[in-house]
Amino acid sequence: MTTAIRLDEAAVRTALADVADPEIPVISIVDLGMVEDVRVADGRIVVTLLPTFVGCPALHLIRSSVEDRLRDLGAPVDVTFSFHVPWTTDRITPAGRAKLQRSGFAPPVADPVETRCPHCGSAEVALDNLFGPTQCRSLYYCRGCRQPFEAFKPI
Amino acid sequence: MNVATLPATALGELLRSMADDEFVIGFSDSEWTGIAPLLEEDVAMSSLAQDEIGHAAALYGLLGELTGEDPDAIAYDREPAAYRHCRLLDHGRGDWAMTIARRYLYDSADAVRLEALVGGSWAPLAELVGKLVREERYHRMHASAWLDRLARGGEEPRSRLLASLTTLGPDAATVFAPLLDEAALVEAGILAAPMGELEVRWRDTIAPTFAALGLPAPPPMRDPARARLDHGEAFAWLWGEFNTVRSSEPGVAW
Repeated sequence: MTTAIRLDEAAVRTALADVADPEIPVISIVDLGMVEDVRVADGRIVVTLLPTFVGCPALHLIRSSVEDRLRDLGAPVDVTFSFHVPWTTDRITPAGRAKLQRSGFAPPVADPVETRCPHCGSAEVALDNLFGPTQCRSLYYCRGCRQPFEAFKPI
Repeated sequence: MNVATLPATALGELLRSMADDEFVIGFSDSEWTGIAPLLEEDVAMSSLAQDEIGHAAALYGLLGELTGEDPDAIAYDREPAAYRHCRLLDHGRGDWAMTIARRYLYDSADAVRLEALVGGSWAPLAELVGKLVREERYHRMHASAWLDRLARGGEEPRSRLLASLTTLGPDAATVFAPLLDEAALVEAGILAAPMGELEVRWRDTIAPTFAALGLPAPPPMRDPARARLDHGEAFAWLWGEFNTVRSSEPGVAW
């Protein structure tokens, strides 16, 4: 008899922590708070994810990354996207916020005046553009260390 | 009346009008990609376009579930006359002032429409709208900042803005053109109020901004019954543009 990985929700969640966000690969879909529900029933795995943005072009990629990662758990996988609960930036975990910060992305803040430079911590920052290279990011400039940086849009 | 007994056409017309609005303004925004007056605006308009086309795709998805059609086919495979976006979006890209005037009028109206759909009785739409309002907030911040900048920006920006508002004026309120069976949507609890009432709310919303900037309030809507029909040459051109890739190899999977 071979020893299989015990197939339960905890095992699925552990595996999902390896699935990186395609646009900011330092952070996982678990860190982002995208994983709304995991069920293991009748030998199938059902994962419900919340899109960060409605038009996020990375959703197909995230779906296939989840399917690839869960394949070796040995059960068929259904990945669905839902708007049942709106994803908000409050769902990003403390670990996720720390990873964003370390990678040069200012984590989302409740009020834009609280935005701090992720490089030097200065509050002397200027919003250059509400919109950035992806839907979830804005562009800033730090007057303290004279570096541009990106901030996660609070949503 | 509840959702189950609602005429299928009522919900379909609502979804089609919203999806077509988002689709058409998204493609209009994308016309600035590469040629916007500032690099920042090149990024902003491209990001706005991506948002709007994503919103349209989600709304076409709901419509497709209702009618059994493929969402891409609904989006692309209709003749121009079958689109149901509002006439406000039928004026062609125009200059930057025209783009900002159109975006401000559309974003402010769309916000009132979305507000009337939040918490509605048809969960798939109410849930999607709960997400859309969070994203559209950024669009309004962008349009408001630019409206202010052009209105106070000296003679040329202001005169161009005024000219655009004059051109768009009679079509400014067309987001609120009456919909087929809209009374049934209100009765079913999907839409909080009739479009005519939403138009009044919208006018109240924008009045303080227009007054503060000394801009003329939009005149009454021209020909409301045909406000989502008769799209004209500017849209025929845009339709040809957004269909270029799809019509190059009909039926192929991209």
